[in-house]
Formats: sequence, structure tokens, C-alpha cells
Amino acid sequence: MPQARTTPPSHATEKAARPRAAAPRPPTPRRAPRGVRLWRGLTPWLFLAVPLALLITFTYVPVANMLAYSFTDWDGVSPELNYTGTDNYVEIFTRPELFRVFFVSAYYLAASAVQIVAALYFATVLSFNLRFRNVFKGILFFPYLINGVAIGFVFLYFFQDGGTLDSVLALFGHESDRAWLGTETSANVSLAGVSVWRYMGLNFVLFLGAIQSIPGELYEAAELDGANRWHQFRYIIAPGIRPVLSLSVILSISGSLSVFEIPYIMTGGATGTETFVIQTVKLAFQFNKTGLASAAAVVLLLIILAVTWLQRRLVPDDRVDLV
Amino acid sequence: MNHRKTLTGTLLAAALLASGCTGGGGSSKGADAEAADDPAQVSGSITVLTHRTDIVQDGTMKKYADDFNKTYPKVKVKFDAITDYEAEVKIRMNTDNYGDVLMIPAVIKKNDYPKFFASLGTQKELSEKYRFTDFTAVDGKVYGQSPMGAAPGFLYNKRIWAEAGVTDWPTTPAEFLTALKAIKSKTDAVPYYTNFAAQWPLSQWTAVNGSVSCDTEATTRLAEGNPWGEDGELRVADQLLYDIVHQGLIEKDPTTTNWENSKPQLAKGEIATAWLGSWAVIQFRQAAEKAGADPDDIGFMPFPARVDGKACATVNPDYNQAVSIHSQHKEAARAWIDWFTDKSGYAQDNLSISTLKDAPLPEVLKPYEEQGVELIELDDAKGGTVKEIDNASEVGINAPAYRQELVDIARGAKDGDVDDFLDDLGRRWTEAAKTVGS
Repeated sequence: MPQARTTPPSHATEKAARPRAAAPRPPTPRRAPRGVRLWRGLTPWLFLAVPLALLITFTYVPVANMLAYSFTDWDGVSPELNYTGTDNYVEIFTRPELFRVFFVSAYYLAASAVQIVAALYFATVLSFNLRFRNVFKGILFFPYLINGVAIGFVFLYFFQDGGTLDSVLALFGHESDRAWLGTETSANVSLAGVSVWRYMGLNFVLFLGAIQSIPGELYEAAELDGANRWHQFRYIIAPGIRPVLSLSVILSISGSLSVFEIPYIMTGGATGTETFVIQTVKLAFQFNKTGLASAAAVVLLLIILAVTWLQRRLVPDDRVDLV
Repeated sequence: MNHRKTLTGTLLAAALLASGCTGGGGSSKGADAEAADDPAQVSGSITVLTHRTDIVQDGTMKKYADDFNKTYPKVKVKFDAITDYEAEVKIRMNTDNYGDVLMIPAVIKKNDYPKFFASLGTQKELSEKYRFTDFTAVDGKVYGQSPMGAAPGFLYNKRIWAEAGVTDWPTTPAEFLTALKAIKSKTDAVPYYTNFAAQWPLSQWTAVNGSVSCDTEATTRLAEGNPWGEDGELRVADQLLYDIVHQGLIEKDPTTTNWENSKPQLAKGEIATAWLGSWAVIQFRQAAEKAGADPDDIGFMPFPARVDGKACATVNPDYNQAVSIHSQHKEAARAWIDWFTDKSGYAQDNLSISTLKDAPLPEVLKPYEEQGVELIELDDAKGGTVKEIDNASEVGINAPAYRQELVDIARGAKDGDVDDFLDDLGRRWTEAAKTVGS
């Protein structure tokens, strides 16, 4: 679900790692000559040139294109395209059935709650000294590294009639005879489960990183004061990783609204598993309504931006101050 | 702050500039790819885009190319095998660079053919020698040629059907259902396999069009009438599919079906029947050999409908090969298409119907000949309109979505009534037909 592109800054680290008073103040330098100053001003941009070029080419230009297409009736290939104004947007908002698919997102939202709680649990447990903790870390993070297409195919076998899941259940004496992807509810729950399996590792790593940046003395002090593990989690870890936690929630919600590859590969949107993005892809590539699909994509973008903005307003990103 | 503003400005400008540039290309119109008189003089290097990744990888295509070079020594043929053919070629066709020879993707509107492809000649002239010219003809000129054709039908395991006591082909949907029921009660085989998860096998049901009424104008009636009306061909097809599923004559869990696995399963008799096309027979026979089953068990039968006691099967072209209008070596490209259709033996190798009118029917269709099944070629004059109605209505007669929904309704995974569902399709279809200028 959540597709993180950025690693969140952890404010906690800086404070702990660099005792300010210890660093000697550097002597104030003389004003550098013009050429040097120019060069200095330019240096950061030189470093940024490549990432910026990539960002512009692969993010902003396509987005601008998409915006442009959303006002046309382009079919995706024809050399002719007509400007149709806001027709596509009007069509989207006058066809309520296009928004019905958002109900499917509820399954994934529920799954992300499970996912975050599980990731938090494992991150907390594995941040303490534990035997084989690195092995466990690897195991938990591994699914995130696998290609989504491969995961889709693996889980098709997993859910097959008499497939892996049924065989495992049979080992425990439970003869299952159900089609896991057979009904709307069970298909969506199964797919959301795959999603949890896949993305929990990412949340887990984010949390673990944040937790490990909390200075160790705090735990020692807490233990001296008689705090148990739960108290340590409640009063040290949870507040310490709040920014990462809120970031994860934002990513999960926007991820849940834009679920795509797992249901697309596994069911193609059949049996009530169609999500908004699958619907958009179908509009663009099955019915060749690229203009309408672009408009739908813009609407989804706006919805996600709005939801994120709302979240930031409700839960402002406070500075963490543990010490 | 100021910096950021200028940067955003530049970005926006760049983006707008870029968006302004797209959607061009393909403006030249009406080029011809003429056949050369002397094969020895044709030269150039051509790229052939193909969806047949399998036979490019196993070297079969290379063999064809080597054979081709015996006649055309100066032409160099390169293959570009594309797995997700439709989607990828669609994007490439926004540029000028989409190979010299390519299969016409379904997305290209028929009336746009002259903008993308060079003409192969007039229909009048080509139709004397070849089948299927109608499918790519625009204003009397032909823009593509399929190297082979296929007829839709049910692949079935003869041994299982015989075990169930059914030896004659069913002639009505009701008889077909009775036969499947007999298979269910008398054998261990799955009577019918939907291949629901693979999706495209469900869209094959649209190929029933024309088999019910035996009318070569069936495509025109799709464009002008209601395919799900009282006697609509697709209603007959979809109703049969619904009944098969509703009466529990399919695999236990359709949502996790596996196309590759279904081949040996049918060969071994674990599956009794599947609606596909004559092109599939060779794949199933090969799978039978691999699985140690008897390839001769795989039979092929037409749709259970008869007009005056006679069955009809439509003959449809495969992907049509065309010459790109931007090709620098149109003569060489044309030479490849002609040679591939006439001389390569591709159609025979695939047990398919040859595009050459005078070629004999493949051995797969021998039973059709014996039982007097009439092979008809649908008039495709309204093919473009059908596609437009299909897009506008978002029904998707060649897409799996609506049939998946139908199967879900039939097996109770989704609420709904089959009549309402099919009526609704018909309503959407006829409404869209009004908006599409035909």
C-alpha cells in the first residue's frame, strides 16, 4: 500500500549525536573573491542537476502532459485530438458509479491499520537485544524487495484451490474447502492480506530506524525508575517516533486510495476487487479513453492531496523533544 | 524563496512546452507499399514487430527469415518480439518508429489505418487471392494482411465425451448443457473450464457472433442492433455461458484458474471442454504429448446452434501484418508480408486456416468438412463502428470484465439477475450506438 519515496528526517538523531557545546567555533572566514562566490553558489545546483533533470523528465513533464490530456478526447494513439474543455471532469462527476470503487479502499485502509500496528510491534520488539534479531529484521523486510508482479503470481498459487494456503491449513487439521478469491469479501480480504505482507517490511524499517535513533540512556534511566517494557514503549518510543508514525499513516491512506498492482495482477479487478486506479487503467487502455482516464487520474491526485492536507491539519507535525 | 519561484516557473514552462509537442506525427497520408517485380533487387534492413515471443525465442522465426533470404537475398530481417504487445506498440505508435512490419494493434481505429500504414493494394485485386481483405480495407484499399485465420469452437476431450455417452455434437444450447451434465455425473472430469483468471479466454465468447444465425452480416447487426436483444447472438452466447456456470458445470474455483495448466489437464481428461479457437488445437496437442496423453483425444466442435440443420463457424483473421507508413524500406517490408503469407508455411505450422483462398483446410477442421459445417467470413464493413460503440459504451465485448461479472453472478459471488444484467448491457450498447456517428 504505502509507497514511500522519501526517508523521513529524524529530528531525534541530531540532538543525541552532536553535543553542541563540544564543537569548537570555526574562525570567521574573509569574504571570498567574486569568482569563488559564484562557484560556491553554483555548486549545490550542480549536484542537484541530475536528480532535478530526472525528476522533471519523469515526474513533472508527464504530470503536465496528463493535465493537458485531461482536457481532450484523445484515444491514446490517434494523431488527432480535440480540446473538449471540462467535459471529462463533468463526466466523471456525473457518473457516481466511477466512485463506487472507493469502497474497495476501505479493505486496504483496515489492512493498513493492521500493518502499522504489526510493524510497530515488530520494530519495538526487535529494537531490544534479542537473539537472531538481524535475521528477523531481514525476514520482515524481505517481501518489500520482491517485485510486485512476482508477488502477484506467487500468491495466485498460494490462494489456489488446494494451493499453499489450503495445504498449510490441512497440516493443522483444518480441511479448507473455500475459494479464497471467490467472493467479494474474501477476495478483497485476501488481497489486502497480500498487501500487508508486502508493505509491512517498509513500515517496519522506518519505525526501527526511528526507534534506534532514540538515545539509549533514556531506556536505562527509565528502567532505573522502574518502567517496564510497556511503559518504555508508551512514554519513550511512541512519542519519539511520532513524525515517522504520522508519515506512515499518510502514506497508508494515500496508498489505500491508489491500490493497483496486487489486485490488477491477481484478479484484474474481477469479483468486486476493482480499485480506482484499475478502473482508470481500463478506461485508458481497454476503452481507449485516454482523456477521460487522465481526468480521473487528476481527480485521484486531488483527492489524495486533499486527504493529506486534512491529515496534516488534524495532526500537526510537532517537534519531538525527548530530552 | 525567489529562487524557488523562478524554478517552478521554468518547470511549468518546460512541462507545457513538452505537452504541446505530443500528439503530432503520422500526418503523411496515403503511401503505398508495392510488391517488387524482381526479388533479387529488393534490399534493405527491416524490423518486424511481433507478439509471437515464443517462436522468436525458440528460433522458428529465424528459420522463416533464413528461408525468406533464399528468395530475397538482399533483405535483412530483424525481429522485435514484444510480450505486452498491445500496450507497448500503442505507445510506440505515437512516434515514427514502430518497425517496418508490425501487427496492427486493436486500438487503432480502422479509419485511421491510412495514417499509420502503407496500403498493400486495392481490395478488388487482393480479394481474388486472399481471405480477410475486408477486415483491413479502408475506402477500397487494403492496409493489412493476416498470415492465418482461425475458427472459434469448443476444444473437447473426445474420450471423456464418449465415456459420458455423448458421441454426436450437440445442436442446441440445451443439448450442450445436457451433455455437460452427463459428463459431470458419469466422469470425474470438470465439464467446462472457464479460464476465468487468465481473462482473455472469456472474451473469446464474442467470437460466437455469426455462428448462431449463420449470417455474414452479423457484425453489421452488432453495430446497428442490440447484441443482447431477444435474438441477439451475444445473448445466446452469454446465456449459455451463464447456464453452464449457474448449473455448476465448471471448475470448483474459477478465480485461480491457470491457462498453461489447463492444456495438459484437458489432454489428460481432467477437463472435458473449453471454448477457444482452432488456433489452440496445436497448443493442446503439444501439451498432450508432453503430458503423455493421446493428442488425438483433442477434438474440436462448433457452437451448438443450427440454421436449417447446418452449423456455421466464422473464420476470423489473426493479427494483421502491416507496413509502417514511416518505413524506409517499404518494398522489402511488403516482400516479407507477401512471402510470410504465401510461402512460409506459418499457417500450416499452426494448423490454421491459410489466408490463401485456394489452400486446403487444415486437418484440424476435417471433422467440420465431414459434418458439413459451413465456414463463413463475416463482412467487416462496420467493424470500425462496432469498436467505437464498444469503447463509448465501456461494455468491452473483447475485454474480459463483463463476462467475469456474468460468471460471478452465475456462481452467486455477486448479486444480480442474468436478464437484468444482459438487458443493461444492451441498453448501454444501443445508447452508445446513438452517439457514435456511423
